[in-house]
Amino acid sequence: MIKKHRLLGYCYPILALLFWVGVWWLIAAILRKPLILPAPPAVLRTLGELAITWPFWRTVLLSLLRISGGILLALLSGSLLALLTVKSRFIHHLFSPLLTLFKATPVASVIFLVLLWVGRDNVPLLIAYVMALPIVWSNVREGFLQTDRKLLEMATVFGLSKKQQLFSIRIPSLYPYFLAACRSAIALAWKAGIAAEVLCSPKNAIGSAIYESKQYLMTEELFAWTLVVIVISAAIEWGALALLQRSQRKWEVQKS
Amino acid sequence: MTKLSQVSLVFDGKPVIDQLSYSFPDKGIFAIMGPSGCGKTSLLRLLAGLEQPSTGNVMRSHHRVAVAFQEPRLLPWLNCEENLKLVLSEVENMPKTVSYWLEALELTEAAKQLPNTLSGGMQQRLSLARALAFGGDLLLLDEPFSALDRPLKERIAPRIKAVAQQALVILVTHDREEAELLSATVLNCIGTPLRALEKDE
Repeated sequence: MIKKHRLLGYCYPILALLFWVGVWWLIAAILRKPLILPAPPAVLRTLGELAITWPFWRTVLLSLLRISGGILLALLSGSLLALLTVKSRFIHHLFSPLLTLFKATPVASVIFLVLLWVGRDNVPLLIAYVMALPIVWSNVREGFLQTDRKLLEMATVFGLSKKQQLFSIRIPSLYPYFLAACRSAIALAWKAGIAAEVLCSPKNAIGSAIYESKQYLMTEELFAWTLVVIVISAAIEWGALALLQRSQRKWEVQKS
Repeated sequence: MTKLSQVSLVFDGKPVIDQLSYSFPDKGIFAIMGPSGCGKTSLLRLLAGLEQPSTGNVMRSHHRVAVAFQEPRLLPWLNCEENLKLVLSEVENMPKTVSYWLEALELTEAAKQLPNTLSGGMQQRLSLARALAFGGDLLLLDEPFSALDRPLKERIAPRIKAVAQQALVILVTHDREEAELLSATVLNCIGTPLRALEKDE
């Protein structure tokens, strides 16, 4: 019974996907304007043709590397900032306007501003960083603040060292918040990074390929590249989600 | 000797303990009894060093203090065994101590389970096991038996008595039967805020 349910659970998303591809195909067939809406087989064929070339993989890889670099930097410095703003009230007050500013500025403005300051090849990394930083920062900070005082008090009574407290209480408490931060930061930074690539056209970038295909009205290629972005997004999201759920089971915080 | 001299404690602007003096010997079991909100838990926190008296002073000759809090305060990401091991890193013969106390509190079969898969009573027993296994010379137990049934209390009582041969055990309880079960000296709380501890006649 359970097995059957699980099987159905896998089936529904696939059926839903097929349904919407069908809708797309139908509209394309009615419109008959491949320049505006190419049919799915044409897009898949284009994607297949692209995928057998080395530049395609180089482009995907370099985009991934650039944007992941930004995310990684954001994870490191965001966590550090969270720690500092929890430890010191002064630093918290000093930095919190910056957090609000980062959160409120439109992505496009940031992209063009950054383009003025640094070379076009570095924009996507910086944009991914700027988008991911506030998310990591506020999530990890929340995690620090939500650490159960009663557990820390218990640790003090039983004479646990600072190091023991760090590894047995503070880090495990932080873990779900950190993973939640990763999940939203990665999704957002990836999309913003691609947008930055579209607007700044760095060399060997998915966004630049999207921009070029739009410039030359190669709609099939535009769709194919967009598909690549979606697939990578979904893969990262699913990966992060699986990790998150697995560890949440393990680290599930008991409410006593 | 653990000695409270003229101790007062003000919590959130409200006096909880007022000019309390009492001396505990180095060994034995003492049961502090009194109505809810009379300052029993605050007294335990003072003795544990978790609160500093507003005036007066607390003198402790004990070196290792163990507490079983009212809530179990277990680490949810560690199983029963690991929860004990965590506080026992300085204890000699740790694996033996862990298995002894898991067995004493009838948790051997749950050794590898995480706390949130245990019943409330089992969590309380684990918290008690942690305090007893720690091997301190001062044990502070805040309503340690509240979620346990009578036969289980009867089986656990001798283990606590054995510990009290070497250590001072102070527990807070509502239940006179528990005090009798442990042959504890009953100390009644007098006054709100708590002014004195009076021995049962």
